[in-house]
Amino acid sequence: MDFELIVPYIPNLRRYARALVGGRDGADDLVQDTLERAVRKFHLWKPGDLRAWLFSIMHNVFVNQLKSRRIVASVEIDEETIAAHVPTVTGTDVMDLERALGKLAPEQREVVLLVALEDMSYADVSRALGIPIGTVMSRLSRGRERLKRVMDGEQPRAELRVVQ
Amino acid sequence: MSAEDDLQYAEQTAMIKRRFDPVMTEPIPARLYMKSPPWIDYARAAAVLAVGIAIGLAIPELRPAPGPAAVAMAQLPIRAARAHLVYSPEVRHPVEVDAKQQDHLVKWLSKRLDVSLKVPVLTQEGFELLGGRLLPGNDGPVAQFMYQDAAGKRLTLYVTRTKKSEEKLTSFRFAKEGSVSVFYWIDEECGYALSGEVDKTTLAKVASLVYKQLES
Repeated sequence: MDFELIVPYIPNLRRYARALVGGRDGADDLVQDTLERAVRKFHLWKPGDLRAWLFSIMHNVFVNQLKSRRIVASVEIDEETIAAHVPTVTGTDVMDLERALGKLAPEQREVVLLVALEDMSYADVSRALGIPIGTVMSRLSRGRERLKRVMDGEQPRAELRVVQ
Repeated sequence: MSAEDDLQYAEQTAMIKRRFDPVMTEPIPARLYMKSPPWIDYARAAAVLAVGIAIGLAIPELRPAPGPAAVAMAQLPIRAARAHLVYSPEVRHPVEVDAKQQDHLVKWLSKRLDVSLKVPVLTQEGFELLGGRLLPGNDGPVAQFMYQDAAGKRLTLYVTRTKKSEEKLTSFRFAKEGSVSVFYWIDEECGYALSGEVDKTTLAKVASLVYKQLES
């Protein structure tokens, strides 16, 4: 009923969306659609884990967007974003990570990111994505493995890194 | 899974966090909560509907319910405290417009709230203006001014426009919302709430200074 209950979670939703779909605009579109839906459906929320509920809504919106192909399932690099974070992360890392995430199947990417960014337990992820815990575990292990391989496969790029 | 895998996945997690955590402290684009009146209206409609249903279920016979003024009044410190908790920890973007552009800040927020705002000077209590931002309230825009002392302690002043027909003038009141202390009051035009994670005595001193300057 109250938008202000949701506001504190907007930064978390934006962070996850950025990792999930890549570019800033596409990610914020996802967040905006999620917020609109959350407000419309707020009466369906049973007091409990509001974060898991919001992420479950984002998941539904994301799946719908994938179906309607509004989101191309690859991650684009937002140059402005990279520039802003060069002090903490080398450009090579950023390119490797975003490209690698884009190569995961969306359902694997969701599980890997919810665990990494939100520190969600298997049970939390299971609730947020509406899938059994066993499926969470298998997607997580396959997603992590694939991410590692993709990143390892791009390892030669690491040699180009500037040593400071 | 081997110990080596564990280590590699921990590194993977750390890398993902390092890359995307900065998004958390970016300013939230206004379109996510300001330029979408339709769904802010949905929120209000849902709130009204829920309250209506709750009243309908709880009170078989129609009894005089608390007036809108009482409801708005009760919500003021809660809203102010939440806004304080969301924005006061911000390191990089505590405010939308900083104190260097104070004239612009006051003009902008006055225009949006449709009232002539005054920004209290709290230097004598050791707090300097950092700046301000516009927030969504249940009944339109809300202004938040943020102050900081030499130790980095922050106070926020939350200002809402009141509806003349609904609000009654009130004296100073105190509320504690979790770790946040709030002094609040309503005058002819606005509701004010000063929030901070400070003790009541300190906050009372600053609040009375704010009150004096605004009501003079």
